[in-house]
This record gives sequence, C-alpha cells and structure tokens, in this order.
Amino acid sequence: MQRYLLRRLLLALVTLWAVSLIIFVMSRAAGDPRHVFLDDYSKQADWDRLTVTLGLDKPYYQQYGIFMISVLKGEFGRSIKEQRPSMEVIIERLPATLQLGLAAFAFSVVLGVPLGILSAVKRGSVLDTVGKIVALIGQSAPVFWLGIMMMFLFAVRLDWLPPYGRQEAVSIILPAVTLGWFFAAANMRLLRSAMLNVLDSEFIKLARAKGVSNRAVIWKHSLRNALIPAMTFAGVTLGGLVTGSVVVETVFAWPGLGQLAIQALFGNDYPLMQAVIIVFTMMYVASALLVDVLYAYMDPRIRYA
Amino acid sequence: MAEVTARITVAPVPARIRVARRAWQMRRLPLIPMFTLAMFVVTGIAAPWIAPHNPERGDIRARNVPPAWLDGGSTKYLLGTDHLGRDLLSRVIFGARISLVVVAVTLGVGMVIGVSAGLVSGWYGRWVDELVMRLVDIKLAIPTILLALVLVLSLGQSFLVIVAVLAIAVWPRFARNVRGEVLLLKTMDYVSLAKVAGASTPRILFVHIFPGVINTLIVLATLEVGIVILLESTLSFLGAGVPPPTPAWGSMVADGRDRLAVAWWISTMPGLAIMLVVLSMNLFGDWLRDKLDPRLRQLE
Repeated sequence: MQRYLLRRLLLALVTLWAVSLIIFVMSRAAGDPRHVFLDDYSKQADWDRLTVTLGLDKPYYQQYGIFMISVLKGEFGRSIKEQRPSMEVIIERLPATLQLGLAAFAFSVVLGVPLGILSAVKRGSVLDTVGKIVALIGQSAPVFWLGIMMMFLFAVRLDWLPPYGRQEAVSIILPAVTLGWFFAAANMRLLRSAMLNVLDSEFIKLARAKGVSNRAVIWKHSLRNALIPAMTFAGVTLGGLVTGSVVVETVFAWPGLGQLAIQALFGNDYPLMQAVIIVFTMMYVASALLVDVLYAYMDPRIRYA
Repeated sequence: MAEVTARITVAPVPARIRVARRAWQMRRLPLIPMFTLAMFVVTGIAAPWIAPHNPERGDIRARNVPPAWLDGGSTKYLLGTDHLGRDLLSRVIFGARISLVVVAVTLGVGMVIGVSAGLVSGWYGRWVDELVMRLVDIKLAIPTILLALVLVLSLGQSFLVIVAVLAIAVWPRFARNVRGEVLLLKTMDYVSLAKVAGASTPRILFVHIFPGVINTLIVLATLEVGIVILLESTLSFLGAGVPPPTPAWGSMVADGRDRLAVAWWISTMPGLAIMLVVLSMNLFGDWLRDKLDPRLRQLE
C-alpha cells in the first residue's frame, strides 16, 4: 500500500513538472508579450525598459530557473493585463469555479445514480428508455452547444432563468446542468452496467435463495459492489469538471477560472496563463490522486495489481 | 424458453459471458447510425458538388433568413442563412468536410504513434515500457482542452497544428490498449515458435503480433472518432480551430451565440450535425465493440 501511494505521488509530481515545462516553452513560443503594452509607435527606450521589467533579456534557461523557483514558492508573477499578482486574480475567481463544479457534480450524481440503478433493476421499462435517451444526448451533444440550446430555451424563449452571469442565485442552474449532463450520462451508464453485472452474480443468487428481500438485495448487496467502478469514475468526473468549466464558463459568462484561462490565453497574458493552467492541472492531478487512494483503500485488489 | 433456462441451470456459464451474450442478441445491425455515418462521409467528400451555395460568400440582402419550413423562409435556403447571409446548409455540408478530414488525419497519425508505442512498449518491456507508460500517464493527467488551447495558440492556428494537437490527445489510449494486447499475445506459443524459427523482431511484431491487435484497434478507433469530433468542434467554438471563414461546425455554433433571439438556427443547425454524427458513431462503435472485442467494455 505504501509503495503504491508513493508511486502515485511521484507520478503526480512528475506530471506537474512536465506541465510546467510545456507551459514555459509554449508561452515563450506564443509571441511577444510586449505587444500587449506597446505598439509600433512606442519609443525604442520603452521597448527596452519593458524587456528588462519582464525579464525577457535573460537567456531562456535563466528565465526558466526564475519561473520554476517562483512556482515552487507559489508565486506566479504579475498578470500583465490586471497589473497585480496572478495568484490574487486566481483566488478571486476560484470560488465561482468551485461553486459551479460542485453544483454540476451534485447534479450528475443526483440524476445519474438513481437513474442508473433503476434502469438496471427495471430493465426494458419506460424509465430505462428515458435513461438511455438522456445518456445518449449527454454523451453525444457538444457541451457548448447544449449550453447554448438551454440558454435559448430557458432564458430567451421561456424567460425562466437568466441567460448568463452570476448575479442571481438561480444563475447557476443552466451552467451547472450543462456541465453536469455529460457526467450524469456517464454515471448512469456505468452504474447500470455495473448493477447488471452484480445482479447476475452467484452471491446475489445466494442472497435471493436465502430469502433476502428484493429491496435488501438491490440496495445493500448489489449497490455496494456496483459503486466501486462508479467511484473511480467520480474521480475522472472531478477532473473533467475542471476542464469542462473552461467551455461552460465561456458560454455562460460565468466569472470563474475557466473564463479567466480563456481571457489570459487569448490576451497573451502569459504570467496569468501559466498560473491558471498550473492551478487547473493541480486540481486535476490532486483529484485523480485522491480517487486512486480512496479506490485502493476500498478495493484491496487494486493495490497488488 | 423453458429449454434455455434449463440448459443454463445445468451448465452455468460465467456471469460476464452471459451478460455479453444477451447484450449481443439484442443488438442487431445499427442501420440508422450506419446510414447517418455514410451520409456524413459522402457529404464530406462530395461537398463542392452538392452544396447549393458558396459556403464562404454570403448574400448581404438575405441575412438571417429562417429555415424553409418557418415563416419567411425560402426553399432557396433550406436551413436558412446566417448573419452574413451565408447559406447554412452549404456551410454545414462543408463543415462535414472539415470534420471528416480532421478526424481521418488525426486518427491516422494518432493511431500510428499509439500503435508503434504500444507494440514497442509491450514487446520490450523494462525501461522502454516504463518510459512509454509514464508518458501516457502524464498525457492523461493533463486537461486535454487546456493543453490543446495552449499549443494551438502558441504554435499558430493552422490545420496542421490542429491535427498535430489532436493526435497528441488521442495516441495514449491506443498505446495503452495495444500494449495490453501485446503482453497477452507475446506469451502465445506461435510467437515463441516464430522466434525459434528465426524471425526478426520487426517481423514478429508486424506479421505475427499486429494482426492480433487489429480488432481492438478498429473498435478503439470508432469510439475515438466521436471524441475527436467533439474536441475539434470545442476548439473551433473557443476560437482556436481551423481559422475562419472556413466553415467548421464549432465556429458556426459560436457565430450564432449572440444572435439566439434573432436567428436561433445559426447555432442550432451545426450543433445538430455534430450531435448526429457523434451519436451515430457512438452507437456504431458500441455495436462493433460488442461484436469484435467485448473485453473493451470493461475499460469504461
């Protein structure tokens, strides 16, 4: 178990390092950040001064060294556009993204898990068909389009909910459902097939033969075992929610990290961009790690694989 | 019916196989998805000949014309026009072409990289295997969309870059699964016999092992098509896809985003096209998986 954990932790660190390297190289290849401040009419002296301020006069390996040291210290440089530390901007945006992520996660579990169980138990019923349709849409419709369509239906046509922003409490409904749908669909499919597998196994037959009630068979004996694969997927979900938020926040103008990432990327604000991407990857890697550990804890077979 | 039940009780078949068998019996040939996919491919290839209008040049007098079945629509523009008066049907048709080309090239490149990496890593084991598999792990741990955005925006927005970026996104799954197959195949007697007979390593890999991987490969590729289409359209929706005015489905959805109240069809039509193709591909892929390689089912 310890060896396994150590291995996983090491991998997480290596991943973060690889990401930081990719980001560093790419941000330097992305074009001259000085263009954000200056134009062709600016004086040469201004160009030179900015070069020094941004540290662009140093060789690349030194720039990388400076970058790595500040990353390790948790300082990500100053955002070019906002003129203040990137971390400050990120911390300001973080609550909105976490809120959206949590809401979407809750939606995916509340919709996906019961529907998955019920469609397995009542296979071939109307409910099963409904579940299938919901799942198929969730897995095939592009997230951004789904969001726009819901915005059109519920905000433009029916005028029930605000189309974008985060001013009102109900503003979160549309983005959360959009973001959560795909994962609800995945949860549902996963749980359904896991339940079917378990329900078909010998120990369930034994339980039934012993005269255990139908309810206990389904909710106790089967569900506990079917939840294991669903649990692993929950980890993937957490990670996926992070990246999904990039798209959904853009569609609904939700003022979180995803929107910030897009703004920084397209605005060539590279200190901010580096910071956002590293924070995103950290969240992603941490959630994967958390789930791996939980999974190994719950299912001893994993540790020795 | 009674006969069947009786037989099963006498000779119990393992649960997994029984489930798979039952699933298989319920799945006949997925005709509708196959038809949709055929349409997609034909439209993509024949786009210049079947599109009624030029997809990139609009008629400024015919802006935001609704689809033909709505009030104010005309049969000249079956799906309506966008804010620049460009025919949506023609744009959707040409968009199919972009998606088709992107998918074909991306999967081609990604598959070659993934399969080679998987074969080598499974066959040689040790540090080669360790290296390849850690690369796969790292790739899988990085949020794909962000990586793709960073790469596209820093390397420049061109078809080549986009295909390269998407290929980077798809190769790990191929590598991982092919490696698994190779580990299994290389313990087979016929492989040992080939070795004894003096076959060279490349020969063993390509002539003896590779054919055993093909089924898995086909299934994976079909399942990956949907992912690639969604990724590509997401990139172009965010403004990092094939540059305009080339009609890509994702950027068309983005075009209509701020015009929902005036002309909802601009966003709706290309999105429907994406969904139909991805849906059909998924259904077809599921069917193919159950037929060719049911073991892959566990990977989900």
